[in-house]
Amino acid sequence: MNHKKDFPIFKNSKNLIYLDNASTTQKPRQVIKSIVDSYETTNANIHRGIYDLSQKATRKYDDARALIAKFISASHEEIIFTRSTTESLNFLSYVLDSIIPEGKNEILLTEMEHHSNLVPWQQLARRKNMKLKFIKMKSDFTLDLQDAKNKITYKTAIVSITHVSNSLGTINPVKEIFEMAKRKNSMTILDAAQSAGHMKIDVKKIGCDFLAFSGHKVYGPTGIGVLYGKKDVLKIIPPFQFGGDMIKAVTFNGAEWNTIPERFEAGTQNIEGAIALGEAIRYVENIGLKKIEKHERELLAYALEEMKKIEGINVYNPGIKNSSGIISFNIKGVHSHDVISLLDDCEIAARGGHHCTMPLMKILGIPGTARVSFGIYNTKKDVDALVLALKKINGKFNGK
Amino acid sequence: MNHNNFSERMYREHILELYRNPSNFGKMKNPTKKHTEHNSFCGDEITFYLKIKDGRIKDASFEGSGCVLSVVSSSMLAEKIRNMNISDVKKFGKKDLIDLLKIKISLARLKCVLLPLNAVVGALEKNA
Repeated sequence: MNHKKDFPIFKNSKNLIYLDNASTTQKPRQVIKSIVDSYETTNANIHRGIYDLSQKATRKYDDARALIAKFISASHEEIIFTRSTTESLNFLSYVLDSIIPEGKNEILLTEMEHHSNLVPWQQLARRKNMKLKFIKMKSDFTLDLQDAKNKITYKTAIVSITHVSNSLGTINPVKEIFEMAKRKNSMTILDAAQSAGHMKIDVKKIGCDFLAFSGHKVYGPTGIGVLYGKKDVLKIIPPFQFGGDMIKAVTFNGAEWNTIPERFEAGTQNIEGAIALGEAIRYVENIGLKKIEKHERELLAYALEEMKKIEGINVYNPGIKNSSGIISFNIKGVHSHDVISLLDDCEIAARGGHHCTMPLMKILGIPGTARVSFGIYNTKKDVDALVLALKKINGKFNGK
Repeated sequence: MNHNNFSERMYREHILELYRNPSNFGKMKNPTKKHTEHNSFCGDEITFYLKIKDGRIKDASFEGSGCVLSVVSSSMLAEKIRNMNISDVKKFGKKDLIDLLKIKISLARLKCVLLPLNAVVGALEKNA
């Protein structure tokens, strides 16, 4: 697999080794071209123009929605465009309390959630006097399913879990956990920020009521995200923002809402962003998610093997069987930000720090980790360069 | 791949030596003022202890976990402000501290270097 040629950034930064894909991905030419095309050929507001140009823009926007729906095996009215995963989850934290049945007052998360799937729920819990609970992580960096079983009860209103841990790479057994949740009639939410674009996602098989992901982590633009919601559930939750196309009819005294999904898209949307995200999904689907998953898994296996050979490196990863293409690590006696600065000197872009999972870092007993994460354009050569640089850093600090 | 900058930029040997064995490191008994400053960027924290007498810093030390830059910067800052008048310490600014380190600091790492300065300022602002 060699897809670097599709990404202009690698032409402009010839030596760049980009290993921060869990943070954001680079954009293929097709996506960049799509944004330019939108502005140069079909720029008009959507859904309300009678004229041809507006209809063209509307068609492209709707096509993107349909493409994204197919990408996760949903139907088009189940796809709401947002700004990001974070906005999708925040939206849910504001609207779901109105449909929580009597007697349910617990929200269940895991110990490895990103702040974006933790803080909104903390705020909801505070507003509505609910209780937060967390599924424990075992010492092998996977979730404790027995603990999940114990904590999912008839009191559980919401179970919101990350598909893949952005800090550890752990692929969580979300299907099993959501099955437990459904038996207790709890709402199920999947944070797919780290899995979308890296593995096949089927919302029906996973059994989630909601799913959130970001455009910019699947080779699309920033400022566009997706919230999937099961049709039956979307139909009964109230709108959150008011104005624009979310309205069917207005009088001076009230308003009638549009149907789903438009009911949840107030104001003029990020039209070119949604269309470009559709293009990114098309790009990913053309390569094939099975192929992408296999490729990233090979890089993961190779990198783990090579990194483990370096004495002084501590890896926080559940192993190839349970991991996506993300590796967190520390070099003995070296702060993660020093590792990242020194990698940067070798033109390797990686991430250091707590990765917006401060409670998880506390459990691990460390302030942070250095993290590399793979995408479709990474190669074994990139891993070789990484390993060489890590050996040099280790030698510099630990004299080996 | 270009490794030329590798050791030149900010990890010179004398800096690394000070990181391995930082001077002025450790908790102080009965400090006049102390303050812990957090770096929200990475979660690091540095605590500064000050002993003050007659408007002058008699002693300064620090404690905490950090990267090379924050540890070295803390160590050098403690050394610098010892025996300084408080009014002079208050005038000691970002640029003075960066000059003290004598290395090139990237924008992304400025917070690491300035963490101890914020800790000292925070300590001086405290009443007790």
